[in-house]
Amino acid sequence: MAEKILMKGNEAIAHGAIRCGADGYFGYPITPQSEVMETLMEEKPWETTGMVVLQAESETSSINMVYGGATTGKKVMTSSSSLGISLMAEGLSYLAGAELPCVVVNVMRGGPGLGTIQPGQADYFQAVKGGGHGDYKMIVLAPASAQDMYDFVGLGFDLAFKYRIPAMILSDGVIGQMMEKVELGEMKPRRTAEEIREQCPWALTGKTSDRNRNIITSLALDPNVQERTNIRLQEKYKAIQENEVRYTTYMVEDAEYLFVAYGSMSRICEAAVDQAREAGYKVGLLRPVTLFPYPEKQICDLVPQLKGILTVEMSAGQMVEDVRLAVNGKVPVEFFGRNGGIVPSPDEVYEAFVKLFNK
Amino acid sequence: MDVNDIIRPENMVYAKTPILTDTVMHYCPGCPHGTVHKVIAEVIEEMGIQDKTIGISPVGCAVLAYNYIDIDWEQAAHGRAPALATATKRLNPDKYVFTYQGDGDLASIGTAEVMHACNRGENIVVIFINNAIYGMTGGQMAPTTLLGQKTATTPYGRDAKLNGYPLKITELIAQLEGTCYVTRQSAHNPAAVRKLKKAVRKAFENSMMDKGTSFVEVVSTCNSGWKLSPVQANKWMEENMFPFYQLGDLKDR
Amino acid sequence: MLIIPVQFSVGMKKWTKMKVELIIAGFGGQGVLSMGKILAYSGIMQDMEVSWMPSYGPEMRGGTANVTVILSDKKIGSPILGKCDTVIVLNQQSMDKFESYVKPGGLLLYDPNGITRHPQRKDINVCSIDAAEESARMGNLKAFNMIVLGAFLKKNPVVSLESVVKGLQKSLPQRHHHLIPMNEEAIKVGMDKVVDVNVL
Repeated sequence: MAEKILMKGNEAIAHGAIRCGADGYFGYPITPQSEVMETLMEEKPWETTGMVVLQAESETSSINMVYGGATTGKKVMTSSSSLGISLMAEGLSYLAGAELPCVVVNVMRGGPGLGTIQPGQADYFQAVKGGGHGDYKMIVLAPASAQDMYDFVGLGFDLAFKYRIPAMILSDGVIGQMMEKVELGEMKPRRTAEEIREQCPWALTGKTSDRNRNIITSLALDPNVQERTNIRLQEKYKAIQENEVRYTTYMVEDAEYLFVAYGSMSRICEAAVDQAREAGYKVGLLRPVTLFPYPEKQICDLVPQLKGILTVEMSAGQMVEDVRLAVNGKVPVEFFGRNGGIVPSPDEVYEAFVKLFNK
Repeated sequence: MDVNDIIRPENMVYAKTPILTDTVMHYCPGCPHGTVHKVIAEVIEEMGIQDKTIGISPVGCAVLAYNYIDIDWEQAAHGRAPALATATKRLNPDKYVFTYQGDGDLASIGTAEVMHACNRGENIVVIFINNAIYGMTGGQMAPTTLLGQKTATTPYGRDAKLNGYPLKITELIAQLEGTCYVTRQSAHNPAAVRKLKKAVRKAFENSMMDKGTSFVEVVSTCNSGWKLSPVQANKWMEENMFPFYQLGDLKDR
Repeated sequence: MLIIPVQFSVGMKKWTKMKVELIIAGFGGQGVLSMGKILAYSGIMQDMEVSWMPSYGPEMRGGTANVTVILSDKKIGSPILGKCDTVIVLNQQSMDKFESYVKPGGLLLYDPNGITRHPQRKDINVCSIDAAEESARMGNLKAFNMIVLGAFLKKNPVVSLESVVKGLQKSLPQRHHHLIPMNEEAIKVGMDKVVDVNVL
């Protein structure tokens, strides 16, 4: 068995990047995720795997460096937190429009504005519903442990390249700052120039006589062309919805009530489920691992056995809208959340459950 | 004598470089973009680096530059081309990477990106077309618009009190340790074009010598935006632009 | 009794179910976070599941700092606690904030230096360790947090001294390994000098 090392979620992102064969990281410091770049700089992967690590002048530059790297078929990524991601919104829309694969990590903090540096989950809408302009989506993965942080970098790149789409790891200050045991996977080599040529025929590898020039652009002055592109994008999103939903469940088999929570909140809710079970309530938990694609069918399938659903978030209530859409009024959906950087305790979640369902 | 008797290989005095595509350019008649594109294409052909060159087009009139030069291209968000170029070059050090940017793109919205790319000494080439106006959006004020110059957003002429001063960004770039070659050229007559081509070639060669960033400004006209004929525009440029944006090398090391 | 070992059988094998949840709180610079880290590493040496969740931000620079550490022999759910078994308090602000966090019957361990309002609760075990004084006596102020750790381990031997030493070897860079014997010594001092204030 591989060795398990105690590390922060943010450090796990860095190690995950190096070991999954990432080619480049471009970032800008911001709490609570600065350890990602700090760890990469400490590890100096350019001396081992050849991975490029660069501190950019702004988040705007970071995301555009990601764009520049991604055009050449390289595995490139950035990380930031909430307001930094807002600055990247234009770039994310460009990446989606130009159908470029990349990984973007958001270690969320409380907002709006400069907000707080403490954990938050109030960027759900931004990540899942767009954030930037135009009809686009990203694959959104929600890690709930340092191990997930490590694993999701590689998974994010795999999905991003499979569908030519940006993948976001939507984490938060709890998962980023918390230390846990992480099992490091095998070191995967970076792809060679030949492998990129073969696997990414669209990439800018230099125009040779055996092919036409490759152009990476999101521009179509002719609206008919743009609409065709958009239809193709929507078909791609549909395929992702059908094939890539990921979620976990805890004690749902006989559950009459369901907690729905993602990321760090799913951990808190797991403890609250235990508490509710001890008190004799049949409560289970569904944790969406992918926020797009959302496990809407999987939640809907549980409806016949349920008397109620409680969605728990570190926000004023964002994902709860998708839970309500999924069950379409067939079962009451309540919401409990703290925000502005407050992390609710398992006790609070349990008490909210008792109160909202008149137990 | 029939015309076909003249069109013979032995009589050929000029051929368009095959690196320039046959796509009809969308630029206005009289616009220097086409000339600068041709110069870049010729340099790529002469250096034999078609398969090793990646171009980055801006937002502005030159957004469609990728339709005209037969190399791999990426299209950047407004002002961000130097950030793209940074990553493209660092991840592909065997490639010649250049950005092609206008004055709004480079000297207004993209000031941070170009300054920092140049300051880091990225081994890239920046081609900067300065025509002192926003052409694509219909002739609004650019950061390089001269004092008194009329544009759609300075209908009474640029007033320093209202709009600040024309930005000599090339002079700023020349101050940065990361740049190795900073020059200001034009493309308004054959002699100028020959000088420009030399400068572009030098810039491309620098990018494989680990010397830092090469920056080539091309003082240009926008006869449509300036509302002048091509000939009048060239004359206006010589009389008004050249005294303020003086041609020549600012730095060469 | 602070660890609650529950004996139960799975097939032929006996398992001990064990979980320790604690919050360590004090000033930035007292080694609060690193003490938690060493405890977590020691847990890993005993093949336990661990989580280490710090407060983060400006408190790193001399303000208050705290960390929640959980060691368990099964998967850890919430890394954040409303109430916990043990609170270790190293300054007055932390006393004010965290005394109420201790579960009835739990443990509050504190260093009395700078404490103007001592613990009030009678439904918990209270111990003190004069780690500031002991570290001064050792001639090494940096031993402070290891003395506190020793005091805790005396009261709740969730990890063995052996595991702590192994954890230190694992977590410290090679260039600091010569400091391990001093740390071990400090832990022993803590174990020796911890004082019961209120025993249930």
